[in-house]
Amino acid sequence: MTPRSRLHIPFPPARPGDKPDFSYVQISPAGAVERPESKASVREIESLATQMVRVLGDDGKAVGPWNPRLEPEDLQVGLRHMLLTRLFDDRMQRMQRQGRMSFYMKSTGEEAVAVAAGMALLPGDMLFPSYRVQGLQVVRGRSLVDLMCQCLSNTRDMCKGRQMPVMYHWGSGNIFSISGNLATQFPQAVGWAMAAAIKGEDRIAATWIGEGSSAEADFHHALTFAQVYRAPVILNVVNNQWAISTFQGIAGGEVQTFANRGPGYGMPGIRVDGNDFLAVYAVTQWAAERARQSGGPTLIEHVTYRAAAHSTSDDPSRYRPKEEWKAWPLGDPIDRLKQHLIELGEWSEERHAALEKELEAQVTASWKEAASYGTLTEGPTLDPATMFDDVYKEMPPHLARQREELLKLRTQGIGAANAQHDGARPTQPMAKEG
Amino acid sequence: MAQMNMVQALNSAMDIMLERDPRVVVLGEDVGYFGGVFRVTDGLQRKHGEHRVLDTPIAEGGIVAAAIGMGVNGLKPVAEIQFADYIYPSFDQVVSELARLRYRTAGEFSAPVIIRTPCGGGIRGGQTHSQSPEGIFTHVCGIKVVMPSTPYDAKGLLISSIQGDDPVVFFEPKRIYNGPFDGDPHKPAVPWSAHAGGEVPEGHYTVPIGKAEIVRPGKDVTLLAYGTMVHVAQAAVRLAGVDAEVIDVRTLAPLDTDTLCTSVCKTGRCVVVHEATRFSGYGAELVATVQEECFWHLEAPIQRVTGWDTPYPHAFEWEYFPGPARIAAALKSVMEAA
Repeated sequence: MTPRSRLHIPFPPARPGDKPDFSYVQISPAGAVERPESKASVREIESLATQMVRVLGDDGKAVGPWNPRLEPEDLQVGLRHMLLTRLFDDRMQRMQRQGRMSFYMKSTGEEAVAVAAGMALLPGDMLFPSYRVQGLQVVRGRSLVDLMCQCLSNTRDMCKGRQMPVMYHWGSGNIFSISGNLATQFPQAVGWAMAAAIKGEDRIAATWIGEGSSAEADFHHALTFAQVYRAPVILNVVNNQWAISTFQGIAGGEVQTFANRGPGYGMPGIRVDGNDFLAVYAVTQWAAERARQSGGPTLIEHVTYRAAAHSTSDDPSRYRPKEEWKAWPLGDPIDRLKQHLIELGEWSEERHAALEKELEAQVTASWKEAASYGTLTEGPTLDPATMFDDVYKEMPPHLARQREELLKLRTQGIGAANAQHDGARPTQPMAKEG
Repeated sequence: MAQMNMVQALNSAMDIMLERDPRVVVLGEDVGYFGGVFRVTDGLQRKHGEHRVLDTPIAEGGIVAAAIGMGVNGLKPVAEIQFADYIYPSFDQVVSELARLRYRTAGEFSAPVIIRTPCGGGIRGGQTHSQSPEGIFTHVCGIKVVMPSTPYDAKGLLISSIQGDDPVVFFEPKRIYNGPFDGDPHKPAVPWSAHAGGEVPEGHYTVPIGKAEIVRPGKDVTLLAYGTMVHVAQAAVRLAGVDAEVIDVRTLAPLDTDTLCTSVCKTGRCVVVHEATRFSGYGAELVATVQEECFWHLEAPIQRVTGWDTPYPHAFEWEYFPGPARIAAALKSVMEAA
């Protein structure tokens, strides 16, 4: 036989019906990874990209040099934010299932990635999120009503009905607009950070991308520009193992970690246990400190698991074992922080149950208020003529004419079919996973 | 004859071509094991193997570029871009490379790449899952642009595309994947089994590229449409009560000027419909062509009914969508002129 080349086709270790298998996930013991100075040179710390920074052990104790030594009150705030994010997600998913809104995407199992990172940054730092880090909004204190109104495209929607659910933005909260197209925010965050440095500010930028969409060219644009100019930016890859149906191997994660792409470009790469609140906090703090000292960018890979479906249009039972999340070796970020607080003597099952009840009530009250501003099936609706606003700063004549035409048609009863009440149900996937 | 929806018809086209031609490969995000987010490639990997039906990384530029390389090396890649709204990262590869390779090498190199991509609104996809960017691609010399309106045409046109030697951007109007849509979202969904276009031979056949189809003969006015709008146009004709000749353009480039202009010269009136935005839209090309060829036969100014010149708004899908009432109003207005 003459030797010949043959393609390697990555295939996940388990498909529906198979026993979940996460033996490919290399895990360092809690506390085992050294914490270098934040000014350390990239060459000295390359191993951070292949090890896994972990603080919380299986026993609920915080150990090792990366322990950020947060006050119990801060930990309780983190727990509250994560729990609120999860309960908010659950409610929104249910409301979508009831036909009250068109679409939703949960972040279940990944709450620490957003919440801990958000808490480790300063309020003036600019965030360029992907669509599965809603915990950032919660950390920054965005009202749930505002988030819900966006999802409902109702009369109080910050996007004026122009975006699909979860595509939030928040100017005064320093959170950039979420795009339905993938990876675009990654190099934009770098540009924002470059501007901050040009202007002599000490604010930094942070951005999030899925491991799946790290295959997009924009990922590489971001790393190149960030490293060339040592921009003050934190580049987060959320490796939640699944991009809709394709596992992280299809994105290039089979042989090397995603964090390891950092040293390839000349910047530190840190691989962190994304379900460990303390570890995510600590590595973000380290990268922020480095960025603020002109040390340039850091690439952080958060190893986590997408416990929910990609979106309400997705059915993961078609492509992965149903029980996979239960086998995920890094556990549930909320349970782990809760156990840690209990271990510290600063929390209890009773307090947890009470908090859950309190937050459920908050979500319920928020939903009630948000729904009063309109849902898909009931309530007030936005004025369709507003669709012509904001295409340009000043409306050009051709758009003004089209707006007049729409208004005229509506007075004639033409085109008055109100989208808020059409009841058309999308049953198809409408966005992809990063 | 078998009954198929458009998803099944497209699947059948690829299945047949994978079977008949060992050069054919299918690639794209989620197209392999999962069978595509719209199920268009369902079962193809299982049947033809993971070396011919490939799940790709999420990188549209990479998908098209790799397809070009495969095409240069003798394969016939059928690449899926999951939504037409996601096609832009591949734009340089399409415009500067795929479209011009044959020309710049005087025919020595070429890449017969098919890019399949779902387009259009009406599924509450908002501005990033509803676009109809066909006009951007018809403006590029060297690629063919196709948009079917029935399962029968979808299969026949996709087989023709794969059998051809030129690159094709093949737009699939996703609102009519599962059934024809006449523009009224309040009506119950109609399956393709209730439509003649849902009768699809199980075997191999082709529908020629470069040929429009008269879907409703008429004598008063010519109505030019493609994709989903072919069905909406017919509903508009019923609403307006005019004897319109409805033509499904089907292949936008190259354009079947003869069929279109013969009709307009006969009727003397013309309305052009598309879901895409109006300004510099494909309708402008249709209007210009008709005007050049039929000016002395025209009895009224040609009208366009299109999406407004804004991004596709999530909340106002049906105010944005150029529905039957707007088209009927245009039909009446061209009938009343002169």
